[in-house]
Amino acid sequence: MWQYEKKLQYPVNIKTPNAKLAKVIISQLGGPDGELAASLRYLNQRYAMPYAEVKGLLTDIGTEELAHVEMISAILYQLTKDLSIEEIKESGFDTYFVDHTTGIYPIAASGAPFTATYFQSKGDIITDLHENMAAEQKARTTYDNILRLADDPDVRDPIRFLRQREIVHFQRFGEALRITQDNLNAKNFYACNPSFDRNCGRK
Amino acid sequence: MDEQKKLLNKIKKYDFSLKELNLYLDTHPNCRRALAMFNNYNTLRQNCIDEYNRKFGPLTPEQSSGKEHWSWIDDPWPWERR
Repeated sequence: MWQYEKKLQYPVNIKTPNAKLAKVIISQLGGPDGELAASLRYLNQRYAMPYAEVKGLLTDIGTEELAHVEMISAILYQLTKDLSIEEIKESGFDTYFVDHTTGIYPIAASGAPFTATYFQSKGDIITDLHENMAAEQKARTTYDNILRLADDPDVRDPIRFLRQREIVHFQRFGEALRITQDNLNAKNFYACNPSFDRNCGRK
Repeated sequence: MDEQKKLLNKIKKYDFSLKELNLYLDTHPNCRRALAMFNNYNTLRQNCIDEYNRKFGPLTPEQSSGKEHWSWIDDPWPWERR
């Protein structure tokens, strides 16, 4: 089960609202490589993990991603606070505003609403860990692109923290894959699926 | 029922009482009776948690205190049948 802690993982203090920036950063909430998809990916996959290290890792990274959902939401909240109707019209934020006012709703920058099709849970540890490594790199690229679009240091600072976490998670998933392969037949990792087949790669 | 399961069930009962009081207090933040109950169950729960950590290991990563082994990851996980 889960407990909420009333704090952000890393501070978010944005002094200048910027609806145009909110329009692109929202992709890291409800977009294809966003934090919500990341959390749901790992927390759903963990049941198929045969090794204690990997059960722990997916639980802990899936939980950290929920803290990232909150950070992105805090960034969006602060970027869209106290906007005038003129600013909303000029920034192009009006297409979001008409449906959600300035409430937080998970969509991609394109406007496409969040969907579970952004992630997979395949019931095969090798497949899932490769998906996760790719997902962390895709999220890192998205943060790189946000950093290309954002000038405000108040925004760049928490975004750079989140970008760095993608790199750390990628590293840990790579280690989880190595632990998995150490448990399997070195001549053929694919001889059986340790998430499904009995007597396959279990200690 | 073994001692570990018994103690965990006790913690779960305190957790649930605290959750119910928590939700009630969210909409009745000045109810002294509910506040007293919350504080009481919270102390009782904490004693059980300390005992559980000492005897059976951590329920959260922060409760892990090993010097040679990170027991947080140890099997079984809660979704596994025992």
